[in-house]
Amino acid sequence: MKKFVNNVDNMLIESLSGFAKAHADLVELHLNPNYLTRKTKATNKVAIISGGGAGHEPLHAGFIGKGMLDAACPGQVFTSPTPDQMIAAAEAVHADKGVLFIVKNYAGDVMNFEMAAEMLSFENATVLTSDDCAVINSTFTDGRRGVAGTVIVEKCVGSIAETGADLSTCKAFGDKINAQTASIGVALTSCTVPAAGKPTFEISDTEIEMGVGIHGEPGRKRETMRAADAMIKDMIDAILTDLSLIDSQQAKNTEILLLVNGLGATPLMELYLIYNTAEKLLTEHGLNIERALVGNYTTAIDMTGASITVCVLDDEIKLHWDSPVHAAGLRWGV
Amino acid sequence: MSLQTDFICSAASAIHLAIISQKSEIETLDQAIGDGDHYINVLRGAEAIVSMTDELAPLSPEEALNKIAMKLLSTIGGAAGPLFASLFMGMAKVAKHNGANTTLDIAAAFAGGVQELIKRGKGKVGEKTMLDVLVPVAHTFIFSAIENKTTKEICIDIQITADKGLASTRDLVATKGRAAGLGERTIGHLDAGAKSCQVMINEVCNLILKANN
Repeated sequence: MKKFVNNVDNMLIESLSGFAKAHADLVELHLNPNYLTRKTKATNKVAIISGGGAGHEPLHAGFIGKGMLDAACPGQVFTSPTPDQMIAAAEAVHADKGVLFIVKNYAGDVMNFEMAAEMLSFENATVLTSDDCAVINSTFTDGRRGVAGTVIVEKCVGSIAETGADLSTCKAFGDKINAQTASIGVALTSCTVPAAGKPTFEISDTEIEMGVGIHGEPGRKRETMRAADAMIKDMIDAILTDLSLIDSQQAKNTEILLLVNGLGATPLMELYLIYNTAEKLLTEHGLNIERALVGNYTTAIDMTGASITVCVLDDEIKLHWDSPVHAAGLRWGV
Repeated sequence: MSLQTDFICSAASAIHLAIISQKSEIETLDQAIGDGDHYINVLRGAEAIVSMTDELAPLSPEEALNKIAMKLLSTIGGAAGPLFASLFMGMAKVAKHNGANTTLDIAAAFAGGVQELIKRGKGKVGEKTMLDVLVPVAHTFIFSAIENKTTKEICIDIQITADKGLASTRDLVATKGRAAGLGERTIGHLDAGAKSCQVMINEVCNLILKANN
C-alpha cells in the first residue's frame, strides 16, 4: 500500500480536520461523536442529514452547505457511522421542522440510521437511495445499493428544504428522484482500504468488474477489458433497461441529467471521454440531455473506474438541481 | 450455572484474543465475498469492551450486558454494530426479566438476544449470515438446558452446533448483507460473520470448560 498516511488509525480524523480547516467558511467539525455541520445553522427548514462510511469523498461532508445538507456523519472507512453520531448531529441542526436522513441502502447504514431514528425524540424521516442497477432487484431483502445518484437526491432535496417545504414533502421528493435514477459502475482496479493494507479484490490487467459497488463489492460480471465505447455501451444499456427507456420510442425526448462519476483514481480526461461516448449513445437513442455533471462525487477510495448515472428529469427536479448550492464539493449560483 | 459479571469480563478478554488469533481467516473470508472490514469492526468492538471492564465490574450482569450493547453500538459501526448491540440488548432485557441464576435462564437470555438481532437485521437461517451459527446455538443451548445436561455436555453440544452452523454457510448462496449481490459466486466460501460468531462462542465455551475441569 502506497498512501499518504501517518498512522492508519488516525487517517479519518486527520482528513476530517483538514477538510474542516480548508472549508472553515462553510463547515464545522465536531468530534466524539464525529459529525460535521454547516458553519451557520439554518432556521425554519427541515434539517437534511446524510452520512455513511468514509472513503467516498466528497460524499457526504463535501455536500454540507446552503442549498444541500445541514450535517453529515462520517463513519470509519467503508463502515457505517453509529447512532450516537446521527443523534448528536440531529440535535445540533434540527430547527423544529423535523429531520430528514438521506441514507444509501446498505444493511449497516440502514440499521444504524434506523436505531438513531428510533432514539430521536423529534419528528424524522428517511430517504433510502438505491440507484445502482447492477445488483438486480430481486428477492434480496437488502435490495439495490445506493451510489452516485445519492448526490442528485441530496442536491435536490437540500434545495426543496430551503424553500420551507415540510418533512413529508422533502421525503416524497427524495423518494421520487431515487425512483427515476439509475447508475452502474465499472472497476479497472481494486481499491485498498487503508486498515486492510492490500487491495480488496484481485483483478488482472486484462479484466474489468462490471457493476462494481462503491466498496469494491463485485458486481454483475468479471469481464475482459475492451475498448471504452464497448464497455460504456453495456453500461448505458443496463441503465436504460432499468429506467424502462430501452425502447427508443418510449425514450424519445425524455429529459435527463447525465452524471459521469469517477471512483477515485480515474483522471478527468478519461471521465470526459466516457461522457463523450455516453452523450452520443443517449442522444442517438432519442434522449435529451438537459443537465450534466462530470467529476469525482462518489468515490471508492483509490479505485480506478467510473460510474454512469441517469436521472429522468421533470420541471420540479430541474428547478431544484439548478438552484444555488454552496458546499465544498458542489457550488453554483452563488 | 449462573451468570456473573466477572465471567462476562473474562469472556470479553478471551474473545478479544480469540478474534486476534483468527485475523487472517476472518479477513480472507470477508474479502472473498464481503467488503473486507468485518475483522477490523469486530476487533474494534472487542477492544472497546476489554478496555471498559473496570466500569463493568461493579454492575449486575444485565446492566453489564446493556452497557456492552451501547458501547458496541457506538464503536463498531457497519452492520455488525447494530446486530451485536441488539444481541446484547436482547440478552440484557431477558436477563433483567427472568434473572440469570440458572443455566436455563442464561439459555433463555441468549435466545432473547438472538431474537432481538433477528428483529434488527430482518434475517433468517439459510441466508449465509451469522444467524446460521447463532440460531442453532440458541436452540441447542435451550434444549440441552431443559434436558438438564451437565455444563460440560452443554458446552460441547454448543461447540459442535456452532461448528456445523459455520460449515453450513459454505454451500449457501448469500441473500443478505453486502455479499448478497454476488449470488452464486458466494458458494464455496464460509461467511465471515458466521465465522466470527463461531470463534466467540467456541472461546466462551472453552473458558467455561476450563473452569469446570
